[in-house]
Amino acid sequence: MEAFGLLLHGFAVLMTWKIIALMMVGLVLGIFVGVLPGLGGPNGVAILLPLTFTMDPTSAIVMLSSIYWGALFGGAITSILFNIPGEAWSVATTFDGYPMAQQGRAAEALTAAFTSSFIGSLVAVLLITFLAPLISSFALKFGPPEFFSVYLLTFCSFVGLGRESKHKTVISMALGLLLAGVGMDTVSGQLRMTFGSSELLRGINFLVAVIGLFGISEILLTMEERLALRGHAAAISLRVVLNVWKDLPKYWVTLLRSSFIGCWLGITPGGAIAASFMGYNLAKRFSKDPESFGKGRIEGVFAPETAAHASGTAALLPMLALGIPGSGTAAILLGGLMVWGLNPGPLLFVEHKDFVWGLIASMYLGNIVGLVLVLTTVPIFASILRVPFAAVAPMIVVSCAIGAYAIQNAMFDIWLMLGFGVVGYVFKKIGIPLAPFTLALVLGSRAEDAFRLSMIGSGGDMTVFWSNGLVGSITTLAFALLFWPLIDKAFGSLARLWRPVKTAG
Amino acid sequence: MSNSELEIVVDDPTAPEPDSPAVADTRIVEAVTCVLLLGLALLLGWDNWRTGIGWDSTGPQAGYFPFYLSVILGAASLYGLVTVLLTPKADAETFVTRAQLRRVMAVFVPTLLFCLATQFLGMYVASFLLIAGFMRLVGKIALWKSLLTAFVFTALMFVTFDIAFDVIMPKGPLEAAFGY
Repeated sequence: MEAFGLLLHGFAVLMTWKIIALMMVGLVLGIFVGVLPGLGGPNGVAILLPLTFTMDPTSAIVMLSSIYWGALFGGAITSILFNIPGEAWSVATTFDGYPMAQQGRAAEALTAAFTSSFIGSLVAVLLITFLAPLISSFALKFGPPEFFSVYLLTFCSFVGLGRESKHKTVISMALGLLLAGVGMDTVSGQLRMTFGSSELLRGINFLVAVIGLFGISEILLTMEERLALRGHAAAISLRVVLNVWKDLPKYWVTLLRSSFIGCWLGITPGGAIAASFMGYNLAKRFSKDPESFGKGRIEGVFAPETAAHASGTAALLPMLALGIPGSGTAAILLGGLMVWGLNPGPLLFVEHKDFVWGLIASMYLGNIVGLVLVLTTVPIFASILRVPFAAVAPMIVVSCAIGAYAIQNAMFDIWLMLGFGVVGYVFKKIGIPLAPFTLALVLGSRAEDAFRLSMIGSGGDMTVFWSNGLVGSITTLAFALLFWPLIDKAFGSLARLWRPVKTAG
Repeated sequence: MSNSELEIVVDDPTAPEPDSPAVADTRIVEAVTCVLLLGLALLLGWDNWRTGIGWDSTGPQAGYFPFYLSVILGAASLYGLVTVLLTPKADAETFVTRAQLRRVMAVFVPTLLFCLATQFLGMYVASFLLIAGFMRLVGKIALWKSLLTAFVFTALMFVTFDIAFDVIMPKGPLEAAFGY
């Protein structure tokens, strides 16, 4: 099998002391970031990105993805020990994880969480290993119209499937796409939306916006709430770990179901949160004893954690194969690729084999090393929470500023970051989702290029987006997803018309 | 239950009081945001129209794509504004209470000052001042701890970025005196 040989090659690329050391550093930083209140996956990756600017792309991506795995692991620690979900997708973990900690079974719950995270990621990585090369070689045949229709599909699925009010998602996305267009137009070289400012000439950098939107605004939001914690610290002994692992085969249905849900939802954008809840709810529904959920049942930890991690990892599949990120963090990693001088998209698999397979191999290795690391160091990380927030907050602000400045060596970017911090704070409070904004900002110029190139190719004929079976079905699917709520409603009422008696009960 | 079990309790002495009066409700903030976004949409739409929204020999002009985005943004903001104005006042939630606003300002104002200081004194001096000042004044942490933490963190950043990773930060008069 070709993929297998390439994967072995990837492992060979990784097996240097420097890369292993970077991986450990990344994992520790990631867990740190995941445990700290007010920081999480995307923020951590965004803030620590500047560290990698001078590295070669392979070391850089290994370190960054390790930060991501670490943050995913770290989120589980606070949810279980303190009932504080570090991320939205850890919310479902607190349902059963925290009751377990209260009953003195914290070590068991943590082991379950880490192990299931590991299993979820592993399933998703296997999927990536074998599916990503196929998709990317298929996508090599794509022309500009196909690419534009895939971008359109991404944007439309956010609007149609998102939980927020539709107009708010549209606002967020249109704003992101507009800001991506500021500066010099890549096709004609003309300046636009700069209003004569030489600072805006460079355009609005995606990473600066992300650092402000996620880092700074999160600090403001965290300060608003009462920061009192009450929780349990637990060391994990080998005996507990082995006991939990011994019981694992009993839960194989739950694990498999959650992995499947996670992989599926992870490939569609913004799925991790939905995946964790869906994993939990399905486990509860299919359980023989649904009443015991929410009272400290180990399955209630397995189900959401597996799904969340499978989806968090699967989100990297469209990023690698098509250059379209499936989550906020994947979008930031994509931004990183561009900084390191790589062009994301299907060509990546052809032109940068070392990089791609190094990354995929690092997903396997990072998860194994991460599992061992968190299992052994939980007490240390839990005690980080004792550090007063008044000491952590200014350090985060400084790290954000360093990150924002380092991207283009511009003081203006620090001000921009502050501005985006305020925007992010207000948007979060009034329910305008930030993920579509991030995605639009990172994909904006490429979506526009694809659109204009297809227009140039067809001489301005819009029907080019329905010119062959492939592009036509993607475009049609995009519109179907955009109007999904309406279609769903229409089908619902049709079904009611046909069967008025049955639905009455 | 194992004996390694121990409680971690962290209290927050400066927590905002729960019964603090509201400064603004979400409805007003939403309306203002929509108006601002509408204004932005009009401004950018006008600028793109000026750049050219038509077609020429090379395909769509530079303003074409963003112009229609401005239209979408404007329409969505207008829709948002109308929805907000149509919701009854009683349904509104509190956007921020006075105590919360005070706490948010306690972070925002130092951050703003930090950005100003970075511009004139360089990143590292500003970082030292922010951390030490914030810990001492907002966190009420002992002065020596604040100064020490600020110094160690700033020095660590300097070594990591400027020396180890070659990512050069803005410098001010202090660094100049040391020859950087």
